[in-house]
Amino acid sequence: MENAWLIALIPAVAFVLIIAFGKKMPFKGAEFGLASIGASLVIATGAGIQWMQRTDSADHGGEAAQGMASGVRGALRAAEGAEAKPFIDPVVSQWVWWQNSGLEFGIGSHIDGLSILLLWLVAFISFLVQIFSLDYVRGDRRYTHFFAALTLFSSGMLVMVMASNMVQLILGWEIMGLCSFMLIGHWWEDSYNSHSALKAFFTVRVGDVGLLIGTAILFFGSNQWAVDNLGTNGFDIRAIQAWALSGDGSSWTLLMASVALFIAAIGKSGQFPFHTWLPDAMAGPTPVSSLLHSSTMVVAGVFLVARIYPVFWEGFNIANGGLSFIAIIGGITIIIAALLAFVQDDIKKVLAYSTVSQLGYMMLGLGTGAWLPAVFHVFTHAFFKCCLFLAAGSISHSGSHHSFDMKKDMGGLRKFMPITFGAWCVSTLALTGVIPFAGFWSKDEIIDNVGDAGYTFLFWVGLFGAALTAMYMTRATYLTFFGDPRGAAAGIHHDADHGYATEHRETLVTAATIDRELVTVGAAPKSLGAAAAHGDDHGDDHDDHDDHDDHDGHGDHDGHGDHGPHESGKLILIPIVILAVLALTSGFANPTPLAGDALGLNLGEGVELIKEYVEPRAEAVSLDIAAGHAGESVQLLEPGFVPNEAAGFVPNEAAGFVPAAGDKKAGCGRSTPEVGTVCYFPAVSHAVPTLSKILLSLGVVAIGYAAAIGFCIAFYKNKHPKLVGLTERSRIARGGYLFLKNKYYLDALYQNVFVYFVSRPLAKATYWFNQNVLDAAVDGVGAGGKRAGEFVYKNIDQKLVDGAVNASGTIASETGHGLQPIQSGRVNHYASLLFGAAAVGAIVLVILNVS
Amino acid sequence: MLAVNFLLLAAVLFCIGVFGVIARRNAVMVLMSIELILNAVNLNLVAFALMNNNQEGQVFALYVIAIAAAEVGVGLAMVLMIYRNRKSIALDELSEMKG
Repeated sequence: MENAWLIALIPAVAFVLIIAFGKKMPFKGAEFGLASIGASLVIATGAGIQWMQRTDSADHGGEAAQGMASGVRGALRAAEGAEAKPFIDPVVSQWVWWQNSGLEFGIGSHIDGLSILLLWLVAFISFLVQIFSLDYVRGDRRYTHFFAALTLFSSGMLVMVMASNMVQLILGWEIMGLCSFMLIGHWWEDSYNSHSALKAFFTVRVGDVGLLIGTAILFFGSNQWAVDNLGTNGFDIRAIQAWALSGDGSSWTLLMASVALFIAAIGKSGQFPFHTWLPDAMAGPTPVSSLLHSSTMVVAGVFLVARIYPVFWEGFNIANGGLSFIAIIGGITIIIAALLAFVQDDIKKVLAYSTVSQLGYMMLGLGTGAWLPAVFHVFTHAFFKCCLFLAAGSISHSGSHHSFDMKKDMGGLRKFMPITFGAWCVSTLALTGVIPFAGFWSKDEIIDNVGDAGYTFLFWVGLFGAALTAMYMTRATYLTFFGDPRGAAAGIHHDADHGYATEHRETLVTAATIDRELVTVGAAPKSLGAAAAHGDDHGDDHDDHDDHDDHDGHGDHDGHGDHGPHESGKLILIPIVILAVLALTSGFANPTPLAGDALGLNLGEGVELIKEYVEPRAEAVSLDIAAGHAGESVQLLEPGFVPNEAAGFVPNEAAGFVPAAGDKKAGCGRSTPEVGTVCYFPAVSHAVPTLSKILLSLGVVAIGYAAAIGFCIAFYKNKHPKLVGLTERSRIARGGYLFLKNKYYLDALYQNVFVYFVSRPLAKATYWFNQNVLDAAVDGVGAGGKRAGEFVYKNIDQKLVDGAVNASGTIASETGHGLQPIQSGRVNHYASLLFGAAAVGAIVLVILNVS
Repeated sequence: MLAVNFLLLAAVLFCIGVFGVIARRNAVMVLMSIELILNAVNLNLVAFALMNNNQEGQVFALYVIAIAAAEVGVGLAMVLMIYRNRKSIALDELSEMKG
């Protein structure tokens, strides 16, 4: 675990290698990316196993071996009895990165359960996505750069996840922001793509300001405390955690810090009202969307909240059931994003809004004290959402000819792509929270905990969101896989509507392409209805566009000249299948035990792996242990610093302290820790699931499914007269549809109000200020400088300096002229001068010697 | 054997040499005058060496003779070249080096 920093370093090195040598390598740099992420995955797995062993041995009395034991700790445990499990110290190893006037911070790794979980998750998902990309972007013009950016992106996330201080966290955060910009705008030739990339970057940047401000507030708030008590400083994450729970920080500071930091999380995790960049981020290649949306970029915000959770816990007063900003934003996001998903025709945008909605669940969980379920949802959501995105990529790659439009180019694909269909279904069931699948265990746990913590309204919001999830996913599934094939799925090929960057792939005109065009246009079956007509509409364009739409990938696995829908290649299917299996099973990493009881499947307590290993124990740690441990792991301790004297604390008395574990009103985060102890994590409560709650949520999901299936069959299949054309007839329906279609006019709001305000009056005012104040000042300085320069030139330079130079020249010249006659050129004259001089010298010598 | 005799002879030789160097127009005569000056110096060196019972003066005189031989060799070669170019060795006509 001490070497966990390698997990982030290896991909970063690989990025440099890909950029430097990638183009010359046989696989154009992809091998570096794959190898580095693979190595990171191996190390992360090893570190995870070590962490579990460490936790186990700490729990079972083997603490001495872990090097963090002490008599005080043992006494604490003995006093508490077997029930209370000790706080497991994170393994911190770091190097000094920057040092100045007593303040220093390091770069390194901070490994605890949360880091391990996410490190492994990021490495794993990145690995699969890179395998998928091998085939998916094959033949792309910037193939090498794609892998470079993908690798650096993973590296950025890994750096952030293992950050031991806020500065390193910001570093990783910004690397990700940059790489997301590069990847979303991968096909930047299309102005839509580069616009989306800019939008993503700037929207996230708005949040980043919050991150910087929040970090600054936390630093100034906690620095003195951290120096006094822990011997670290206010950037250190453990110091921040401990300070937030110590009760020494003012609640106003904590509130401001948590609001600022949560704005950052809103921006990064696409929460309302900054969610608008996420759907546009679909402009990037599908593997990017998949990585962005499952385990990296968007999870960064959730991770930030989870990492320094004590700050939010205290700042928003979650302990006492305060209705927190986080929970409200989360709740709003769940509903609005789910509603938006209904009107999207683009399969990736449906998934994007679904991600936004699921992130809302995570935030809701965090905002109401359900830390564990939220983190668990990050874990499961990564698998099934990544699987869904990769399946969507597979569909567009092989089924709908690079279109993502469900209404125009899909339908009936289940016959052509059975494996993709199967994986999609498993992941959909997981996403919607049907019982044995992963989403059930995590999402229902969130909803359950929300209800248990007393937020009744948010509980119903969560349930309603679950029903909406079932509905929009049914719609997407139906449009994609059922019904009659349409558009490209039916073999009709039209180019003008390729929403995404396929137009910019490397062009390769083959005979097969031209033949296919002829066949397609000639044989477009009229019976396919609207889609066929659509195909004919675009028939005219084919001559202009047919050099745009082939890409090399098909050459490897087609074997069918007609380019109709077909199953994807192995490199694409294997990651999808692996993820589908995990979508099915990953929920069992933490099935709530009583749910097992309620269902008659008692799995025992040991099955709660996530709770056991990931959730930090909310136990007070006495300060000498904390500081002693800190010193042992390069914690920037100043020599000679005695942590406890400053606090007036005598270490041995800590043995008598027994925290009241299990009591909801006491313990970490509920009450101020005893003098001389610090908490690193608040005592979050865990809801006890019951059969009725499970049935309620399953019932809601089932209602959602039933309603959606009924609607789909009635609307899309039977074209029920009352439903078709409803938006034309009913003003309310039309209004609602337009409202959703325009994404609540948020984009318009940003564009027309904020941007307009910024660009017009503010810009004018700035321009005026610039012209009249700044420019005047600059001009004044310039004019003064010019005058001073002229004065210096005329008087000092010309007269003094040049005068001296000229004078020396003149003197030399005149002297030369004066001595010129001597140089007669006659040897006799020289000789007489010589002897004359010698004679004079001799006479002087004689006179001197005589006198 | 008075020291003054040696010194007088040397002084006379030196003055004759100096006069020759300054006054003669013939380059060969100038070279010969230089030889006179050098020999005046040699005479002084030998005389003082003898009076002070010191061998170094004698040795130094031998050096001067050797160097004078070399000097005359170079000088005569130059005179020869000047004569070939100008058919004359009159020094007062050689004023190309006038500054």
